[in-house]
Amino acid sequence: MNTQKTPTPSTAQAQSPMGEAWRMFRRDHAAMAGLLVLMLVLIAGLAGPYVYSGDPFEMVWAPFTTPGTDGFVLGTDYLGRDLLVMLIHGARVSIAIGLSAAFLTVVIGITVGALAGFYRGWVEELLMRLTEFFQVLPTLLFSMVIVALFGASLPMITLAIGIVSWPPVARITRAEFMRIRELEYVTAARACGVSNVKIILQVILPNALPPIIVQAALMVGSAILFEAGLSFLGLTDPNVVSWGQIIGSNRQYILDSSYTVTIPGLAIFVTVLAISLVGDGLNDALNPKLRKR
Amino acid sequence: MKNSHNSPLLKVENLRIELTTRDGVAPVIDDLSLELRAGETLSFVGESGCGKSMTALALMGLLPEKVGRVAKGSICFNGEDLTTASPARLNEIRGNDISMIFQEPMTSLNPVYTIGEQIAEVLRRHRGMNKAAAWQRAIELLDAVRIPNPKNRVSDYPHQLSGGQRQRVMIAIALACEPKILIADEPTTALDVTVQAQIFDLMRDLGRELGTATILITHDMGAVAEMAERMIVMYAGRMAETGPVQQVIDHPRHPYTKGLISCVPHLLAQLTAERPPLAEIDGIVPSLKDFGRDECLFASRCERANEQCRNQRPPEVGFSAGQLSACWQAEDV
Repeated sequence: MNTQKTPTPSTAQAQSPMGEAWRMFRRDHAAMAGLLVLMLVLIAGLAGPYVYSGDPFEMVWAPFTTPGTDGFVLGTDYLGRDLLVMLIHGARVSIAIGLSAAFLTVVIGITVGALAGFYRGWVEELLMRLTEFFQVLPTLLFSMVIVALFGASLPMITLAIGIVSWPPVARITRAEFMRIRELEYVTAARACGVSNVKIILQVILPNALPPIIVQAALMVGSAILFEAGLSFLGLTDPNVVSWGQIIGSNRQYILDSSYTVTIPGLAIFVTVLAISLVGDGLNDALNPKLRKR
Repeated sequence: MKNSHNSPLLKVENLRIELTTRDGVAPVIDDLSLELRAGETLSFVGESGCGKSMTALALMGLLPEKVGRVAKGSICFNGEDLTTASPARLNEIRGNDISMIFQEPMTSLNPVYTIGEQIAEVLRRHRGMNKAAAWQRAIELLDAVRIPNPKNRVSDYPHQLSGGQRQRVMIAIALACEPKILIADEPTTALDVTVQAQIFDLMRDLGRELGTATILITHDMGAVAEMAERMIVMYAGRMAETGPVQQVIDHPRHPYTKGLISCVPHLLAQLTAERPPLAEIDGIVPSLKDFGRDECLFASRCERANEQCRNQRPPEVGFSAGQLSACWQAEDV
């Protein structure tokens, strides 16, 4: 027929919603800077040990060697361990815990929130009361109890952080599900005979994701802080270096050799700030109401 | 499946649907009966709030949970009562045998999937096609609903299409499974007049090709005259009048039908010609809580209303060719 001749104006810039969000994100300089810093931290954690090798627990030089002297860029701590090596190894642990705890948080939060928002009724009542129960628990105290009771291994710390921080994700997910389930395309999906499971996973969830993604990004930052807090208090695996643990073990020398505490503290600060910037950028990019068209 | 032309595909008997509202339980659909045969087009007409869309949702088994329920009557599809069917069985029927086109083309497509994915998904689920075949068929369907350049458009997202194109995609999705009954809930309300005509042509052609029976819900008398063979005029959840379209429009036997017909503006050949004032029906549809009363619910807006109309619900009076009217004075209208 005449299909070949028909002009197609918009197919050239055909873009998925996620592609459009990425375009918006790229325009945000602060968020891109955050992403860059985050990449650097990630690369340092992944490739660092091969470039600047060493055992983070080995005493290599005199204690309290100030940064820049004797070939130690960041100096040594109170036991004479190389701070740069510790920082690199700590980056791995901090990022790993941040990501896996955020992942756990999102999985629990989405499951609870989706079921509550979709089925309503007694399911919602039960799940939201459960959410509120976890929300009113003092988070640090509760996670300390878990770690103290079940041992301070990395998986247990991740679990402790995940268990105390999922309620906000559940509430956001529930709100989104309650809004979206009333939309016409969900009814249309039902009218096509789509099962409830598929409606939850394939119809509503993809549309509910944007605010959850933002929340998850911010969750990575708070999980890193949380882990730092726990290891500062000594509730950490003693065989693994993390940034919080470096601060915790050097805290007695904060007045004489403040760099031993400041340097890992800065690492935490910069990383979490970068994650927050990325999270804010994602929020702007994914929230159509803030989007400047 | 061996239904001949005589036994109806869909038979609704004495259907009563109740909605639970803050003011109590109100019947949005009160004692509705209808029959639909294969290949036939039946039209529901009435103002907003008369229960047209509720009827459609009830037929699909999609009444709002906990708010709406079938209180009485039956909906028989191919001899199977849908009001008592299990949810799993209903899911099987929906899409396979009965599908629906929704009112609002702007919000009826899922924004995160391309239109091709959405059509192909239906085909894969109901027709068991593999990915490649479903994609190919999606392109054919887009071509069938006259989307230009379907090969490229198939990977577009809904926001890249115009309202009319989206409505066509909706039709393509509804027709993907070659349903026996297609329910179209005001399919053209949100569209331009020119596009409306195209959509109607499309639905009629496709209905003819596939032998699909159509239920057209609309408040547009012009659309009814164009599309349907039989019509049901709904008022406040009750059937006001039913019959063959031509006969009802020529000889309405209910004051409400008469009013609806006279509300349609006519184009005059000469713009300067004397134009009769446009008729209107005074008043509005009664609120839900008054739906259950034993009276003619149209009485408050009817010129002919008398004591009897205000105190007793009128029975259905039969005329030739199956025309029925629920009016005390049907003979005189």
